[in-house]
Amino acid sequence: MLQVKNLNITLAGATRDISIVKDVSFELDAGRSLGVVGESGSGKSMTALAVMGLLPGAIRASGSINLAGQELLSLSEQEMCSVRGNKVAMIFQEPMTSLNPVQTIGRQVAEPLTLHKGMTRAAARQEAIRLLDRVGIPDAARRLDVYPHQLSGGQRQRVMIAIALSCSPKVLVADEPTTALDVTVQRQILDLLRELVSETRMALIIISHDLGVIGEMVDEMLVMYGGNVVERGQADKIFSQPAHPYTSRLLEAIPRFGMSRSERLKTIPGTMPEIGSEMKSCIFAGRCDLVCAECLQAPPPFVSVDDAHVAACIKAGRVMETAQ
Amino acid sequence: MSTFLKNARMHRSLMIGGVLTLLLLSVAVLSLFWTPWSPTAIDIANKLKGPSAKHWLGTDHLGRDVLSMLMSGSQISIIVGFLAVSVGLLVGVALGALASTYRGWVEELIMRMSDFSIAFPIIITAVLLTAILGPGTVNSILAIGIFNIPIFARITRGAANAAWAREYVMAAQTCGKGRLRITIEHVLPNISGALIVQATILFAVAILAEAALSFLGLGTQPPEPSWGKMLNNAQTFVGLAPHLAIFPGLAIALSVLGLNLIGDGLRDVLDPKLARAR
Repeated sequence: MLQVKNLNITLAGATRDISIVKDVSFELDAGRSLGVVGESGSGKSMTALAVMGLLPGAIRASGSINLAGQELLSLSEQEMCSVRGNKVAMIFQEPMTSLNPVQTIGRQVAEPLTLHKGMTRAAARQEAIRLLDRVGIPDAARRLDVYPHQLSGGQRQRVMIAIALSCSPKVLVADEPTTALDVTVQRQILDLLRELVSETRMALIIISHDLGVIGEMVDEMLVMYGGNVVERGQADKIFSQPAHPYTSRLLEAIPRFGMSRSERLKTIPGTMPEIGSEMKSCIFAGRCDLVCAECLQAPPPFVSVDDAHVAACIKAGRVMETAQ
Repeated sequence: MSTFLKNARMHRSLMIGGVLTLLLLSVAVLSLFWTPWSPTAIDIANKLKGPSAKHWLGTDHLGRDVLSMLMSGSQISIIVGFLAVSVGLLVGVALGALASTYRGWVEELIMRMSDFSIAFPIIITAVLLTAILGPGTVNSILAIGIFNIPIFARITRGAANAAWAREYVMAAQTCGKGRLRITIEHVLPNISGALIVQATILFAVAILAEAALSFLGLGTQPPEPSWGKMLNNAQTFVGLAPHLAIFPGLAIALSVLGLNLIGDGLRDVLDPKLARAR
């Protein structure tokens, strides 16, 4: 239903264009969820903003983002406004600041309904109560007239989800939806999102740098590094047998319960290449153990290692073998 | 709202400013119905008298009662201040909001125009405008109001641009709202604090400017009493009857002080980040 093909995101610079995201492609069906992982600056949020048509200022997207037959990148700003919130919705990392502090939450939840569905205020209010109730706000009817500062972080994120769900979008983009929340609340929010996906048949794109968050709740996974997709496939397969050295190292870096205290957490040495640097080699070559002469000559092509599981590494097979 | 009132009561300069401004307003309202003497009644026999039981603040060179003139002069100050700020607020906020809504060349155009007009000092602008339009109360309101426009435009644009970078504005965009609608519904209510503070301070500036224009003979025309006019007349007799300069001067100073204190106080109370630890 959502098809992203060869999405390139570039920042128009003074002397040359700086490439932020290169050739991202993925497909997502209704009722499925996709996890996008990568470290800060890997381009995951930019990809999400491109789907929303909300890339800031001088940043441009090219390629194709097709939502149920509609090409989003070719829409005008005005046309995009009728898509946003209606067919694609988004929730953010910071529930504390993502709600307007001077409006009641009832008004903020009802707003997209009057805007996109042409509901009357009274009808939208009724629907807002139903939505708040659905996302687990207790005593929703009375909470309608409450201001955001009167709610806790977890409740605010629930309100954000209610707003995003209000027009039954086809795609929900969640950009690090639980990063600002504590662990127990994090779990509740993820459970809520999972329930909503199976209930409403919407597609969910969830962005995180936390593999723990993503691993247990998504069907498919996209691993990004330095603006490139390095591995793509079904989440459980990637978890059990990563095919790209970066994914493999990321998985090793997850702290495990029961680790001995003396054991140091594994890290990936080095840093990501600077954004916009022209790479004539594999972008991960500088930090990879398996690097060889061939890796430095040209960026590696996608190697298909399994059904719908690809990795941008010429040694993908070997990486899979060494993975436990 | 209740915390706002509580904070306001705790704030000393806001309280003092509030009392001074309330005093100014009540004197103006009172003067609509009652003044000790008629502010225009001439009594040459009793000219240039100092304060006495009959004339509390003395009389001027035509024997008019200074207290009565001060009282009805406050009306002009308030009207000019209020209307001049309203002109500046309405047009300036609209321009500033447009600039931050559409950015790009719209913003450039509006901001360069306001840079251009801000480069002229207020009194020069006002003198220039009243010279073209002719002296009088209405024209001095216009002159001062026009001066206020770029100030409000700048402040609105700055605060609005900051608000546009906030997450809730981004969230509103993801709901599919247009930029103009977001500005009206989300940005302006969130920057109203800064605008209120600025309006209070510019109210004081406008009172001062009106007095200055009247002093120069470009503002309110006789026989209508105005504080600036009274100061102008007092010049000649300042050695003979200093009270003629002191009382209008005091009235202007206290009004301006009161409004400035309110402005400062409101800034503290409306901005929780600046709230002092209690």
